[in-house]
Amino acid sequence: MHELSVTENILSLASDHAQKSGATRVTAINLVIGQLSSIVDDSVQFYWDLISENTICAGSILNFNRTPAIFRCLACQHEFSLEARLSPCPSCGSIRNQLISGEEFYLDSIEIEK
Amino acid sequence: MSAIRVPVIEKIFSANDRMARLNYDRLQKDRVFSVNLMASPGAGKTSFILQTINRIKGVHRVGVIEGDTAPVTIDADKIIQAGMPAVQINTGGDCHLDASMVSDGLDQLPLSELDLLIIENVGNLICPAAWDLGTDVKLLVASVPEGDDKPYKYPNIYRGLDVLVINKTDLLQYIDFNMDYFRQGVEILNPGLVTFPVSCKTGEGLDAWIDWLTSKVKEKKLH
Repeated sequence: MHELSVTENILSLASDHAQKSGATRVTAINLVIGQLSSIVDDSVQFYWDLISENTICAGSILNFNRTPAIFRCLACQHEFSLEARLSPCPSCGSIRNQLISGEEFYLDSIEIEK
Repeated sequence: MSAIRVPVIEKIFSANDRMARLNYDRLQKDRVFSVNLMASPGAGKTSFILQTINRIKGVHRVGVIEGDTAPVTIDADKIIQAGMPAVQINTGGDCHLDASMVSDGLDQLPLSELDLLIIENVGNLICPAAWDLGTDVKLLVASVPEGDDKPYKYPNIYRGLDVLVINKTDLLQYIDFNMDYFRQGVEILNPGLVTFPVSCKTGEGLDAWIDWLTSKVKEKKLH
């Protein structure tokens, strides 16, 4: 996976917003990560501790808010979450489904001290 | 001193997405139709590109950006041998191309002389899915020997596709590949996805792909 580049992007975004807010220190980074975005938390955390050293984000905590992959059946409107593997709608068997959540990957907020 | 929460709500890939937008605008300016071609290693990406070039080279001029993790020019050499401009980008070990690498590639191609740009991404079914390059379409070359469970195991890449090519159909008779099961997985993730089963070995199915591609290239010239 590409966790190093991803982590660099997180650092750059968080540092920009921290500076704009006049922060002296960033204490936490709140991320929202969908189940389908194939990001490994531990790996991001590992890189984070390395690359945030000597930046305004040094020592900050990464919080991963995981959102499940949820499909809505286009035939019967039933909503169901992605379990072990992709499957047709468990209610009516249709394969016409729309993904309504699970692809998120964004920086929700940062916590700072001034 | 208590912590203050600062709302951000910004995509992690926003810097890449901005660069992708610039790439798109550059290609739009010269009316070059562009394809981000992804696949696992060995699915037949380069063969597919060469077959495509061979079939349209009398009519359209094609440029190719080749992404590789190692500093080799094996793929680019093949394209140049086929008579088309190609640029090799070495990602320095990275598992995918990003929009800024593609921007460097665009600098080295005669865009105003091209009708079609094919970007051969690094062979990988996970990482390339996350990085938008600014192309008109994202295409995946899947291949029969990889197995019929790939949409179920790599849902992300199938979600974002505009075109799917199923290569090596000549091997269907030798391999337990359940096409219905494969296509059901694709349909769940990406309903109505434009799909071309082909064999780069026998040429079967390539005409339908070429018809679709040339109509897109012409459409781009007009808009």
